[in-house]
Amino acid sequence: MFIKKSCDRHHRILLLKQEVLMNIIKMNSYNNAGYFLREVGEISRFIVKFLSTWFKPRYEIKEFFKQCFVIGYKSLPLIGLTGFIMGLVLTMQLRPSMVDYGVESEIPVIVGIAIIREIGPVITALIFAGKIGSSIGAELGSMKVTEQIDAMEVSGTNPFKYLVVSRVLATTLMLPVLTILSDVISLYGAYLGVNIKGETSMQLFWSQVIDALSFNDVIPSFIKTYFFGFAVGIIGCYKGYNSNKGTEGVGKSANASVVIASVLIFIIDLLAVQITDLLGYN
Amino acid sequence: MSIEKINPVVLQVSNLKKRFGNNIVLDDFSFELHRNENIVVLGKSGSGKSVLIKCIIGLMKPDEGSIHILGKEISQMNAEELDKTRAKIGFLFQSNALYDSMTVRENLEFPLRRHWIKHNKSEMDQLIKQALADVKLTHTIDMMPSELSGGMRKRIALARTLILKPEIILYDEPTTGLDPITAKEIIQLINEIKIKYKTASLIISHDMNCVKLASDFVVMLIDGKCYAYDTYTNLKTNKDKNILQFFE
Repeated sequence: MFIKKSCDRHHRILLLKQEVLMNIIKMNSYNNAGYFLREVGEISRFIVKFLSTWFKPRYEIKEFFKQCFVIGYKSLPLIGLTGFIMGLVLTMQLRPSMVDYGVESEIPVIVGIAIIREIGPVITALIFAGKIGSSIGAELGSMKVTEQIDAMEVSGTNPFKYLVVSRVLATTLMLPVLTILSDVISLYGAYLGVNIKGETSMQLFWSQVIDALSFNDVIPSFIKTYFFGFAVGIIGCYKGYNSNKGTEGVGKSANASVVIASVLIFIIDLLAVQITDLLGYN
Repeated sequence: MSIEKINPVVLQVSNLKKRFGNNIVLDDFSFELHRNENIVVLGKSGSGKSVLIKCIIGLMKPDEGSIHILGKEISQMNAEELDKTRAKIGFLFQSNALYDSMTVRENLEFPLRRHWIKHNKSEMDQLIKQALADVKLTHTIDMMPSELSGGMRKRIALARTLILKPEIILYDEPTTGLDPITAKEIIQLINEIKIKYKTASLIISHDMNCVKLASDFVVMLIDGKCYAYDTYTNLKTNKDKNILQFFE
């Protein structure tokens, strides 16, 4: 009798615990969903503000060129190095399988298409998000918490135009340029990879790559890099510009800038593939 | 506010109300600031002092009430008018708000470049050197803010505030975070600036030394209202326990 009562009580406690747990999970899901929707709404508003502001005077041309220099030129060593390694490693990884199928001579073709169409733009954009997205998020975040943005407004400057518009335009225009350079450097890495265990002349390698590529390979992948650049810039600026909670908030802004921008890059890439497919460019 | 004053009113805050959710920060708050006068707004931390100063400069919008700066109501100004009025107001931020990525020279150049008041290179250089001389830091002109001490940063921020020769200066906790000697130097500078440029200053502070040395009049901000308005000496001898708590 005592054992039965004890078992019932234990069972009831277990059920109660389960119910509480389910409620907590439900509440967290609602909170997370609410947070996600709020964030999407706020980012959309930020984008609308950007689109309705960027073409209106006064133009912050000096700041725009400064940002192009910082974002573009200063990212070149990192983008170049990673691009070179990417091309080299991709070729070395691909070689054994290609040798097995007896199509070793097609390595430049496959590597060229893979780099130009997909790997080059996406990897460059991800590295760009890591370097530039975090730096914009942290810079604007620290400016926000140290009242520098307020100081700008008091000085008769529109901080949105000065800080956000110049940076977003610079990221949008610089990433395609960096991607082209990264693709070229990557292909040089691939050329080196081909020659580690084989022998192909530079001229033959490049002619194989260029012959394999068509308008449909180059243009869509080039266009999508503008959107990648825009995503990195707008998310970095949004997170930094709306940073709060002191120095902790600055760290979170930098981190969130990279995470959200990286996810967006993949989403844009997915959409780009679908659109080019629908338009018959694949 | 029955004290007779000769100089004209440069800042008039009337029945200001500001709330954040259910929290009423400013409730029917009023006062006047005259030319060549230093008023210190004294209140506890979180009493709404910084909100008041941000409403005055237009960084926040009050829920009710009016703010007249040099005779013009700021809520009725468009962006251009607000910018022009802001050129006549200096704002010293609590955190100094110096631009980290710019040198001292560029920090001081920024407000000159931003406003439509056109200056050529030599005029700009002269104004920068004059502002730095006012705060006795001419040698720091090509240094970065990160190379400066806390007191020096405060002085440079003050120089940036002075560069447009403002008629009104708003100081947000000018001595917070400084050692007593540097704080005293900053207070001395505030007084020197008042004498030299005949500015009107609104100083937000809870540093009693600053209140004592820099104020012509003190406004006590308690529960969002202007609880008392008088000179430091008169307030110190007041028997009201809400006033006395600041002097104990």
